[in-house]
Amino acid sequence: MDLATLLQMLDATLRLATPLLLACLAGLYSERAGIFDIGLEGKMLAAAFLSAAIASVTGNVWLGLVAGIGASMALSLIHGLASITFRGNQLISGVAINFLAAGLTVVVAQSWFSQGGRTPQLSGDARFEPITLPFAEQLREVPFLGPIYYELISGHTILVYLALLLVPVTWWVLYRTRFGLRLRAVGENPAAVDTAGVSVVGLRFAAVAICGVLCGIAGAYLATALQAGFTKDMSAGRGYIALAALIFAKWRPWYALSSCILFGFLQAMALRSDVVEEVIGFALNGQLLDVLPFILVVVLTGFVGKATGPKAGGQAYVKER
Amino acid sequence: MDAMPKWADVILIPVISILLAAILSALVILAIGENPWAALKLMVSGALGSTYGWGYTIYYATNFIFTGLAVAIAAQAKMFNIGGEGQALLGGLGVAIICLYIPWPHWTIALLGAALGAALFGAAWAAIPAFLQAKRGSHIVITTIMFNFIAAALLNYFLIGALKAPGMEPATAKFPEPTHLPSFQDMFNFGETTFFRGAPANVTFFVAIAACVFVWALVWRTRLGYEIRSFGESETAAKYAGINPTKIIMVTMLISGALAGMMAINNVQGEAERLVLNAAEGAGFIGIAVALMGRNHPFGVLLAALLFGFLYQGGAELALWTSIPRELIIVIQALVILFTGALDNMVRMPLARLFLSLRRA
Repeated sequence: MDLATLLQMLDATLRLATPLLLACLAGLYSERAGIFDIGLEGKMLAAAFLSAAIASVTGNVWLGLVAGIGASMALSLIHGLASITFRGNQLISGVAINFLAAGLTVVVAQSWFSQGGRTPQLSGDARFEPITLPFAEQLREVPFLGPIYYELISGHTILVYLALLLVPVTWWVLYRTRFGLRLRAVGENPAAVDTAGVSVVGLRFAAVAICGVLCGIAGAYLATALQAGFTKDMSAGRGYIALAALIFAKWRPWYALSSCILFGFLQAMALRSDVVEEVIGFALNGQLLDVLPFILVVVLTGFVGKATGPKAGGQAYVKER
Repeated sequence: MDAMPKWADVILIPVISILLAAILSALVILAIGENPWAALKLMVSGALGSTYGWGYTIYYATNFIFTGLAVAIAAQAKMFNIGGEGQALLGGLGVAIICLYIPWPHWTIALLGAALGAALFGAAWAAIPAFLQAKRGSHIVITTIMFNFIAAALLNYFLIGALKAPGMEPATAKFPEPTHLPSFQDMFNFGETTFFRGAPANVTFFVAIAACVFVWALVWRTRLGYEIRSFGESETAAKYAGINPTKIIMVTMLISGALAGMMAINNVQGEAERLVLNAAEGAGFIGIAVALMGRNHPFGVLLAALLFGFLYQGGAELALWTSIPRELIIVIQALVILFTGALDNMVRMPLARLFLSLRRA
């Protein structure tokens, strides 16, 4: 394998890791506040559909992004209502949200566009275009570093850079701000937060809302940057892979970045099975590569190590005892 | 909870939840420019208007009884088995291996053998998440979700590899003749009048009914069932009473996986008579809605499974005759899960207040 192929693989890794990373950080905010969210998948899917639909109708991808975030936020609100206000089962609510999105996107897409549950192909301003970073063209000829800068670092859509930027931002918010301290506390011991006079319900709703925004961006990225339009079930389990990455990362932002890049790399490998075969000498089953993240998480955090989530995760907070 | 009489808890709340889900579904149909009333009429005539429709309704219901019972028995021990889909897929693998490689003389013995194989494979697929929950503290919901994906990949691996029949399709060969189960058409054939013609409902429906009775007897009439329910009510109290949590988690999940796996004798052995990709077709997930609606009781599961069988067959008819896509059923399923599961308190709290004020008055 030469440098060019390697760079292509890594480039694909970055593109495929982006939606995972956004969804993983989304889950991180929610779960750190004590709200389990297995509805990441559904929120991404809903956002992917509405962003593609609005972008295709208006021809403006930014309006699409806003609409996508709106769709994801609406589902987040349902999740918050069910799991915070009405103290329902957070897991069941997540399952319901996933099915709601899986069904509604196709039903509405069919009704609006009559193209068998997909949106029209997006092009031009209705999509996020790759950005060429400054001096990428000029530095291209520099040996080794030039191609890395040109191929790998430059030439992604703005959402890729945003996702990467959100990792230090999330770290800073969680570990260096008052809001972050309270957010983490409410996931570990909500009663203590309540005693300190801070609203548990407010904090948890804030976390769920942030989760909605990030899932919305992740979904919009899928339909308007990674692909050109919405297709049925296009999130393809990415919400669950993001959940697996979150557990793998033990609910910490920088580790989330590395596990998402690892899982993105596995997806890139599945796409370029020819390269994989050339390097390791035999063909790997593509299906196996697709589920390798899950196998890794089960083996490494189940049998070998241990990953314990926030203590109050999954439990509704009841003030009176 | 004590504020309400038992009948309100068992009947009134589910009925209100389902009405809410139905109203929202009707609004969705209205929003996409179709007539909900006409849609309902079409669904009723398509699913219940002929023995053919009934044959499909009962066939789907049979699948949902198994997966619903699987979710329900796990829920009795306060566990959420979301992995019914994967367990049902693995059950299909067990059925396929048993039907293809053992020369069965008659369908009755083949049914027993296949049921055993399906149950074993399904239970085995639930065993690892159960072990990790009991011993390593991995969350069972997360592991069972992941095992759904791994099961689908595994099935794919076998169907393009070791078990693939000659030809283009990723599927096994047709099972041999003696393993074919009698369909309702074979059973209710009275000379000139044949009922259920061409419908896939088969003898497995009666196995499903037997499974309901089995689960009821197990949960409410045996020592193990008592332990399962105690564990579900309070883990600490159960431990104090000398109940071994590891045993309860393992045994409950093994039974749950076995039940989900046994769905395969209906769809794989009974209907397709071979194993195809994605054989479970989401029935494992519908089990969640069925168990929630049926209040985790076998009789409730039976009724809810029939309702979902009706929705499934009715939805297929809708997709055939109108522009409403089949995915509408997924929306309805989601709304049922939402209202009977996650938003249960939204219905319950005002009702409890109402009953309380009635009692005081």
